[in-house]
Amino acid sequence: MNALQILLQQTVNGIQIGSVYALIAVGYTMVYGVLKFINFAHGDVYMVGAYTGFFTITAILASRAPVFQGACALILAMVACSMLGLFIERLAYRPLRNGIQASDAPAWAIFWSLYVTLFLGGWLVNRSVLPAGLVYVATFAVSVGVMYVVMRRLFTTLSRRLKPSTDRLSALITAIGVSLLLENQGAASFGVTPRAAQIHGVNGGKDLYLPTIVAGHIKLSVGVGQIIVLAAALLLTAVLVYTVRFTATGRSIRAVSLDRDAAALMGIPTDRVIAMTFLIGSALAGAAGMLNHMLTGIPFDSNIGIALGLKAFVAAVLGGIGSIEGAVLGALLMGIAETFTSGSAFSPFKDAVAFVILIVVLLFKPTGLMGRYAPEKV
Amino acid sequence: MMRLKMWHAPAAVLIATGIVLSGCKSPSNSASQSTGNDIIVGEYGSLTGPQATFGKSTDNAIQLAVEQLNSAGGINGRKVKVVTQDDMSQANNAALAVQNLIDQQHAIAVLGEVASSCSEAGGRVCQEKGIPMISPSSTNPAVTQIGDDIFRVCFIDPFQAAVVARFAHDGLGATRVAVFTNTDQDYSTGFTKNFIAAFTAMGGTIVIQKSYGGSDTDFRGSLTAIAQAKPQAILIPGYYQDVASIAKQARALGITCPLLGGDGWDSPDLIKIGGAALNNCYFSDHLAIDDPTPAVAKFVAAYKAKYGQTPDSLAALGYDSANLLFAAMKAAKSLTPSDIRDAIAATKNFPGITGNITINAQRNADKPAVIIKIVNGQFTKYMSIANPDVPLQPKAS
Repeated sequence: MNALQILLQQTVNGIQIGSVYALIAVGYTMVYGVLKFINFAHGDVYMVGAYTGFFTITAILASRAPVFQGACALILAMVACSMLGLFIERLAYRPLRNGIQASDAPAWAIFWSLYVTLFLGGWLVNRSVLPAGLVYVATFAVSVGVMYVVMRRLFTTLSRRLKPSTDRLSALITAIGVSLLLENQGAASFGVTPRAAQIHGVNGGKDLYLPTIVAGHIKLSVGVGQIIVLAAALLLTAVLVYTVRFTATGRSIRAVSLDRDAAALMGIPTDRVIAMTFLIGSALAGAAGMLNHMLTGIPFDSNIGIALGLKAFVAAVLGGIGSIEGAVLGALLMGIAETFTSGSAFSPFKDAVAFVILIVVLLFKPTGLMGRYAPEKV
Repeated sequence: MMRLKMWHAPAAVLIATGIVLSGCKSPSNSASQSTGNDIIVGEYGSLTGPQATFGKSTDNAIQLAVEQLNSAGGINGRKVKVVTQDDMSQANNAALAVQNLIDQQHAIAVLGEVASSCSEAGGRVCQEKGIPMISPSSTNPAVTQIGDDIFRVCFIDPFQAAVVARFAHDGLGATRVAVFTNTDQDYSTGFTKNFIAAFTAMGGTIVIQKSYGGSDTDFRGSLTAIAQAKPQAILIPGYYQDVASIAKQARALGITCPLLGGDGWDSPDLIKIGGAALNNCYFSDHLAIDDPTPAVAKFVAAYKAKYGQTPDSLAALGYDSANLLFAAMKAAKSLTPSDIRDAIAATKNFPGITGNITINAQRNADKPAVIIKIVNGQFTKYMSIANPDVPLQPKAS
């Protein structure tokens, strides 16, 4: 292999990792844009996306055609994760932001009923002649009903006494709590043994690989999985940028990110807009989780989101947190820097390089590559 | 008072849930009330986590050995009860598990672990409390260097690495080898160091050396650099899960040379994840399950009958570690930890299924290693190497 070929191959490798980072980083940057806090649970949404993909292709659609499997897994992962994102926002962040209110009761009732069902339902199943499924459903329904009534009452009382938090720190700590919850619940539900599955090519069960792309003397190895991840990342980001720039929803998101109070005064339903950003960001993270693991067969467990989430967060800061294009640029830069480092003599410092780049960029451009300077209003 | 920071409630509750749930996953133990007369032996292993298949195989085999012992009358009429703790493949959990086994369960001897990092953590606790420990399959030399209470029934990494070096040099005729190490595992770094020393002493060249970390999932950057160096073989002394991913990505990048490894490869999951990418690759191991000797065949049949699957070599070592401990307990003057320790140290030519085991002065086992070749997804015995210092006869293939 000559130098040019190495250069191109490493760039291709880097762009592939970078596009996964990009899909995650976009979620960090969007939430930061509207709420000015880091949603540390975002990396764990990626993990849920990977598990959704895994169960879709191994259990639900085990013997279907690969393209159908892939498409369904992608859609299911995106739907499941966007629901999860919405739920987290409704359960944890909104009560903190607006003060706990009667309208928070449904999400809280559902959340705690899940655990009630798990423990009380399990206890009841052993002592009942009814089918297990029915017992669980009944326990859940009764629990949601009772909790809803109790919590609604409780929250109504509390909402008169409590003021909403203006402290970003408590939101941040809550995000860490949600992240721990997801990781440990993932370990409890799915086990800590790593899972791996791969959508295989139609051609006799062989892996989907383009053997090489040849141009003159240069041979590049590019997997079909890599191309799909990259294409999906570019497509989803393009759709996102379009939405934010040119649609009414996007205008609302930008308005809320500029000044939440003023946006509310102009009649923008800020809570709905915030929920929207969680929905979009989580769907993209779910897509990243499914694509990265199900197309390449890389093993993962419930802690997979920690390291990837951290790197995607760094990518978002590098690109200028709050800027979607910046997050994508930062992510691609980080991916390329990482592969070039691991191909060089400094391979053990591969993960450190990301932070070195971050420090250097922030020294000269404190708002990140594409971030804008926004003076803090006092 | 009520007003004070009550809006922290959601945060507090969620964090509490996180803490409670993380605490929930306490090590499991096969709890049944001790009758008081049973001899308690502790076992700690990776029943879950990245090295779970190792831990499960070892645990299965130990349970099999105990069952056979107890149905044959136990030790001097007393039954043995093995209390098992899961360390989730984490060294800090291993230390806690061993502490629990000794302090709460009152184990008089301990079996475990597979991963050297975990055995070291657990071994330090055993040494401190004066309880003998036998590791079935930790190959890092540091494990038994902890002290005179720590033993093992397998060979050690310098030996295994030298065997692989000898095989690469003579068996494959390779003179240019690349090395790809997991810097987060003692096993991997130790193996790498010893392989390089042995291979260069034979006149071979290490063309490139790369490393990865425990949480890495994409290895293309390093592999592209390795491909550029055009090695005749690549040594990947990691565990199956990483190796399977690395093999796939290496093949995708057009690397066709054989990959080499050690006993960390031995898992059915290697093939399940890696598939065809691992064909015609080689690794050193403690035993070949397809070995037609009567002892191996008998063990394989009993294991299959109980668990419905073929044992791997880690199961064989788990079985040997338990049986060697039971033999030592029978031979010991009394069932105190120090007498058991002395009896284990005095073991000579114990007929294990992984070969005859003699515990040497460094408390390690002396015995040959086997080279396994992966042919169409099957582990097949390729050759046996007893002394890596002697050049191999060229094998007609």
